[in-house]
Amino acid sequence: MQSVVCLKVVPRPEEVRVDLEKKTLDRSGVRSVINPADLSALEMALALRDKHGGRVTLLSMGPPSFEPYLRVGIAVGADDAVLLSDRAFGGADTLATSYTLSEGVRTIGGVDLVLCGDESSDGGTSQVPQGIAEWLGCSQATYVDRADRTSDGLLRVRRVLEDGTETIEMPFPAVVSVLGGTGEPRFIDYDRWAMAQQATVHVIDAAALGADPKLLGLKGSPTVVAGLREVRKPGRRHEVVTLEPEAAAARVAQELRRLGLVPEKEPSAPT
Amino acid sequence: MSDVGGVWVYAEERAGSLRPVSLEILGRARAVADALGTRLVALTFGSEEATARDLARYGSDEVVAVEHPLLGRYDTRLYTDLLEREVRAGDPSVLLLGATRDGQDLAGRLAVRLRTGLTAHVTSLEVDPEKRLVGWVPGFGGGIEAGIVCPTHRPAIVTVRPGVFPMPLPVSMPCEVRWVRPSLDPSQLGSQRVSFEPKGTGVDLTRSEVLVVGGRGTSGDFDRLQKLAHRLGGEVGATRVATDSGWVERDRMIGQTGVVTHPKVAVILGASGAVQFTVGIEKAGFVIAVNRDPDAPIFDSADLGLVGDLGPIVDRLVRQLGEA
Ligand SMILES: Cc1cc2nc3c(=O)[nH]c(=O)nc-3n(C[C@H](O)[C@H](O)[C@H](O)COP(=O)(O)OP(=O)(O)OC[C@H]3O[C@@H](n4cnc5c(N)ncnc54)[C@H](O)[C@@H]3O)c2cc1C
Repeated sequence: MQSVVCLKVVPRPEEVRVDLEKKTLDRSGVRSVINPADLSALEMALALRDKHGGRVTLLSMGPPSFEPYLRVGIAVGADDAVLLSDRAFGGADTLATSYTLSEGVRTIGGVDLVLCGDESSDGGTSQVPQGIAEWLGCSQATYVDRADRTSDGLLRVRRVLEDGTETIEMPFPAVVSVLGGTGEPRFIDYDRWAMAQQATVHVIDAAALGADPKLLGLKGSPTVVAGLREVRKPGRRHEVVTLEPEAAAARVAQELRRLGLVPEKEPSAPT
Repeated sequence: MSDVGGVWVYAEERAGSLRPVSLEILGRARAVADALGTRLVALTFGSEEATARDLARYGSDEVVAVEHPLLGRYDTRLYTDLLEREVRAGDPSVLLLGATRDGQDLAGRLAVRLRTGLTAHVTSLEVDPEKRLVGWVPGFGGGIEAGIVCPTHRPAIVTVRPGVFPMPLPVSMPCEVRWVRPSLDPSQLGSQRVSFEPKGTGVDLTRSEVLVVGGRGTSGDFDRLQKLAHRLGGEVGATRVATDSGWVERDRMIGQTGVVTHPKVAVILGASGAVQFTVGIEKAGFVIAVNRDPDAPIFDSADLGLVGDLGPIVDRLVRQLGEA
């Protein structure tokens, strides 16, 4: 089975600072990580390769500084990596991002399964996997925590929904979004670590991708940021006290009673 | 902007009834349609007549009910094809969907099918002086939010999480129900369902009046939180750390990825107060927080904060309330 795992490098949220005067985000000096849900997608791809054979290719869109993270992915177990990197890709919303990644999948060629994380941790929209599926015109399944190939060659997945889990089957090729937290991502294989440093990360620019320039980056993005503003926080009382546990509990109880939220009896007791 | 297509809300049917989030969106969409000077249309796919009639009570000018037995289960391909057909025929300027799992599956696919813009997970919807719909999305790292517009493509597709808008009251307004009965056959499905296992918790924190919420500071001991919630007739909620750790079910997660709640009171125990979490309790009437770190950001979101170890405080609180 030929799989592609889409991998995004995201800044650590706790390190991004907000300049409320200028209404901008300061990402300078912020350390990055591989988007956690994408590691779940990688693990699912590796498990499928363990069972059915084939290759796992990493695919990312971003600046050349993403390269070392792709090597981490190779050290974890991926066979190779493709980085789509060009200024023309910048400023992409979900339409342009999913288009660019789908072109990457086409360029890799012969792909049976594309696996993505279900959301990116930097304000993810959870919409890119479905977009890739549409650009490729193939099957899709979102919020998946299990995937396998059936004996009759179909993709069988389990989707985690609000009220239960559904197991569905569909033809390959397909795009799945893997629920963050699924599976235990394997550790870096130290034998592979040295190899990964030598591995080629195939860097592809817009020209080499041969994509329609009108559909890339800012130009290919129908959504526009019209403005930024401070999040309106509700006015709170901000009373903060340090008390012994007994007194602290009494203080909370007093407040709950004042709010009329303490039923006279246990709610389950017969009245 | 003269607009005949109007504002559309895709109302999701699940097990024969409407998802509450769809009605919440309808309530807000009415104001949006009025501000844009256009009509409000609610569209539903399914097989239940009662759903369409119910939907007609929530302020839309028209209900479009697409009915077929095959629509009893959400299927990406069939639903996208049908919604695409309706949207191309009706040409709305705005299409709103609930950010449920299936709703997001559909929205992301449809947006690319229609080559249009999608704004995911808005926390408010406004119409600006240029009569554009602005969807506000919490910014990365918090503190700021971005207003997103889709000026040159239609429809502007927007998803909204459960609980963001209040549940509207039914109104008595004339509303036309248009039935669409397409002829469909199973070859139009993109997938086959093998099985469905109900999860059974069925908890919906957006409806709770009292929430007892635990974070990493609980170290996974949710029993005492459960006791407190029970005593107060409320529900237990959690931060992402707590749900990711498997301490409680994932549908108890509150915040940006979880649900936006509006209880009368939220008691927050051992949560640091990350913005991705606090967006989910901003609409609470009164917030009580317990944290052993006096500088924890959660105190900025609290009416009453108690600095201390949560275990002894909660245990004593349960005991004191028990004496009532
Ligand atoms: C895109 C994105 C979406 C996210 N969505 C969500 C979301 O929907 N919901 C969500 O919750 N998070 C979300 N997060 C994660 C969020 O950023 C925080 O990591 C998370 O909320 C922290 O959970 P916590 O407060 O339980 O843990 P921590 O941040 O580790 O805080 C634990 C707190 O407990 C206190 N504590 C420890 N022991 C005790 C004790 N014995 N008594 C009292 N206090 C104690 C500590 O002082 C600390 O303040 C999201 C993150 C991203 C990037």
